[in-house]
Amino acid sequence: MFDLFARVFGREDASKEVAKERLRLVLVHDRSSLSPQALESLKNDLLQVISQYLDIDDQGFRVDFSRHEDAMALVANIPIKKKVSRNL
Amino acid sequence: MGEAIVITSGKGGVGKTTTTANIGAALAQAGQRVALIDADIGLRNLDVVMGLENRIVYDLVDVVEGFAKLKHALIKDKRFENLYLLPAAQTRDKTAVSPDQMRALVGEMKQEFDFVLIDCPAGIEQGFKNAVAGSDKAIVVATPEVSSVRDADRIIGLLEAEEKHHPSLIVNRIRPSMVKKGDMMDIDDMIEILAIDLLGVVPDDEFIVVSTNRGEPAVLNQQSKAGEAYRLISRRLLGENVPLMKLEEEGQGLLGRLRKMMGIKG
Repeated sequence: MFDLFARVFGREDASKEVAKERLRLVLVHDRSSLSPQALESLKNDLLQVISQYLDIDDQGFRVDFSRHEDAMALVANIPIKKKVSRNL
Repeated sequence: MGEAIVITSGKGGVGKTTTTANIGAALAQAGQRVALIDADIGLRNLDVVMGLENRIVYDLVDVVEGFAKLKHALIKDKRFENLYLLPAAQTRDKTAVSPDQMRALVGEMKQEFDFVLIDCPAGIEQGFKNAVAGSDKAIVVATPEVSSVRDADRIIGLLEAEEKHHPSLIVNRIRPSMVKKGDMMDIDDMIEILAIDLLGVVPDDEFIVVSTNRGEPAVLNQQSKAGEAYRLISRRLLGENVPLMKLEEEGQGLLGRLRKMMGIKG
């Protein structure tokens, strides 16, 4: 939305919007008090558990914090190659 | 019984010491009994900002260790009726005092003064813990820059974890012309990100450099914009409901916001 305004009025270089967006992301990480190493290990554990059930594209596997209005969420994006066929 | 307020920021160089000196001076001008404590042991600066560096005999560590009495270490500022400074030790480090010792010292000073302002060192380690230990309230100083806001957020988190400091924010060195161009975060942006009460806003003012050169707090100068901002902040600390300082060149109100949004130079 802001981008549209910015483009229409020729102000795409309003650097405070860049600052705010970068701050929002970095603060989500800071406030979570989860270290990058811990996040990486969480990601690996998730990958391991989910791949027992589904064939995952681990190159496209993403786990990150994101902000939805005032709430923080841990969002995992897990591309699936195909369902693993299981003989029950 | 007075109130102890710690002035902190996380990041260095955002104006903690200048803020401490000026709020202290403005409160003293308003008739309050005020003591300033420089808690930056090893890197003291409040003395030079106040212009009192030549009058130091004893320091905070001397008092804590019992080498000097508090009343002998306090330096009276002759320009103000009731303003005193307790300087930091320069040849010691942060480990020379403990949070318990600071708590006892500040408690003793609150008996004598209406306000005890504590100038906190940068960082989140022992110096910060010492400075915060005896305080009832915290003022967080931040400039509208990514690094300063990030560090302020960390400090606010640490203060809120203790649930007793009720931190409020001073936005320092704001430049209305840059805000107008969209190249600097404004007060609303900072409040939105940090989610904390606003105590005041101080415009970027070249006179601060002059006032630091001379060792005379900016509130002594009636022309200084920053000085005026600090006087307003001190009145707010005294419970008066005074409006935020009007910043020149900044679009105020709905029309201003609309202009800002549409990029019209008003």
